[in-house]
Amino acid sequence: MVGFFLTLLLILIAFFAGYVAPYDPNEQNVYSRLTSPDLKHWFGTDSYGRDTLSRVIHGSRISLAVGVCSIIFGMVIGSLAGMFAAFDRGKIGNLIMRAVDVMMCFPAEIFAILFLVMIGQGMDKLIFAIGVVMAPRFARLSYGTTLSIREREYIEAARALGAKRPRIVLKHIFPNILGEILVMCSLWTATAIRVEANLSFLGMGVPPPTATWGNMVRTGVSQLTNAPWLSIFPGLAIMVAVLAFNLIGDGLRDVMDPKLQQG
Amino acid sequence: MKNDILLEVRDLHTHFYTDEGLVKAADGIDITIKKGKTLGLVGESGCGKSVTALSIMRLIQEPPGKIVKGEILFDDQNLLKLSEAKMRHIRGNRISMIFQEPMTSLNPLLRCGNQIAEAISLHQGVSNRDARAKAVEMLQKVGIPDPEGRAREYPHQMSGGMRQRVMIAMALSCNPELMIADEPTTALDVSIQAQILALMNQLKEEFGASILLITHDLGVIADMAQSVAVMYAGKIVEYVDVVRLFDNPMHPYSVGLMESIPKMDEVVPEDKILRTIPGVVPSLYNLPSGCYFQERCNEAFDACGKKVPPLIEIEPGHLLRCWKYGQQ
Repeated sequence: MVGFFLTLLLILIAFFAGYVAPYDPNEQNVYSRLTSPDLKHWFGTDSYGRDTLSRVIHGSRISLAVGVCSIIFGMVIGSLAGMFAAFDRGKIGNLIMRAVDVMMCFPAEIFAILFLVMIGQGMDKLIFAIGVVMAPRFARLSYGTTLSIREREYIEAARALGAKRPRIVLKHIFPNILGEILVMCSLWTATAIRVEANLSFLGMGVPPPTATWGNMVRTGVSQLTNAPWLSIFPGLAIMVAVLAFNLIGDGLRDVMDPKLQQG
Repeated sequence: MKNDILLEVRDLHTHFYTDEGLVKAADGIDITIKKGKTLGLVGESGCGKSVTALSIMRLIQEPPGKIVKGEILFDDQNLLKLSEAKMRHIRGNRISMIFQEPMTSLNPLLRCGNQIAEAISLHQGVSNRDARAKAVEMLQKVGIPDPEGRAREYPHQMSGGMRQRVMIAMALSCNPELMIADEPTTALDVSIQAQILALMNQLKEEFGASILLITHDLGVIADMAQSVAVMYAGKIVEYVDVVRLFDNPMHPYSVGLMESIPKMDEVVPEDKILRTIPGVVPSLYNLPSGCYFQERCNEAFDACGKKVPPLIEIEPGHLLRCWKYGQQ
């Protein structure tokens, strides 16, 4: 429940960033450079005099958009690949799952950097890269659940009716594994947000001056001793967002798994 | 004479290649189903009844299974030689299947009406609305009250008997020529069993379909079938019309099956214990040499241990696989 409201709050803030933020996130003001948090600038200002609170608020747009979109993208290609691999169980299926194994060997960030180096920077490319690196997780999840569903009698019944494979996969298998996929979607959205922040921190994210939490933390690092608020507040924002999606994931799992409710 | 044959299975061998070894689940099956008639396939669990049915539908999982030999002639075409696309057109359309477990044979997330409509739209190329109307009509045919309301319900809202009716509606929705019913009443309680069997018989007449009825319940066979094939360990051991099987079972296994049924008109034996067949079905991984039934057979003699007896016609229309009669 907490996770739900927290996420709702984040989404509302991101959606109405222009109204919520007290200042223009990119407006520079030399007279109030590096002011520490006070009543006028709650989160302080950076070396260009930009309001940190406004930048954190606007940064939420990038983080949430990238997190959610990349997960949707990863879910679609990942679970399709996993379902077909499990249903096929032949050479192609094996090939897909071994490729998944290889990709799962590396931390998500490494592969994402690899992709970004190949295709260049930008928000759409970031979504693509994170989506691709999250896809193997969905593939493995849907592979496992599909393996158990495909042995159910109603799948055999559907085959006995003469249904084609894509139809069986999409109409009979997908709805039955959707619950588990949705739970992991919200948990992995948190991961995607973290990956996005990491990439931004490393300078591989959406390029400045657009405010993202990751690149705000990064620019703050050099002034950590004299202006710690520059890194702390976006860092806290990342933490809150990750926490919120994790809580939602846990909540969803409790709702969807009747076994846990009894215990 | 030839024209009234709908399906002819000749020398069907379906093998499973497992880690523990080769399993000959169907080991030279020959069956013939006539138009408008019901053939019963009887045998214990694991004797290859369902494998035979799935082989006819070409639904054997490959790997581990494989149809290694044989012919399945349906309306003069060999189903084993058809392309997957052509086979799909036959499944559900000309040959349909009713499964044992109505509880698990319906997709829990789809409304019953839509599941029947799916079968219709797969084969008849009608609009969604027409398919749904036909689905409601089918539900009415199988005796479901308030078919329109029921069509909108999910499987979990129905009882076992209702669900089996839905399955039958689905199987009949495309007017199939052959219905394969794999233990259609095993999961149902006795009064519902009788209703479902009566319904199947009635619809068989109405649609002019044939039925391949798989069961281990001889009572069901007596009600439904015109001829019976008794299976044991992947082979057919006796094949005869239903009257002669019940009057005069000849294979020791069939005799054993008959004796293990309690009879209404017979005196209860002193010890009040039903006669059973001693022993267990031999493991398909490790079949005895000679007749597969010899270890449990109280009439076994020398010849039984040496060679598998052939299936011979002991009298017109009565096939038997037993050395006891084969030597004459």
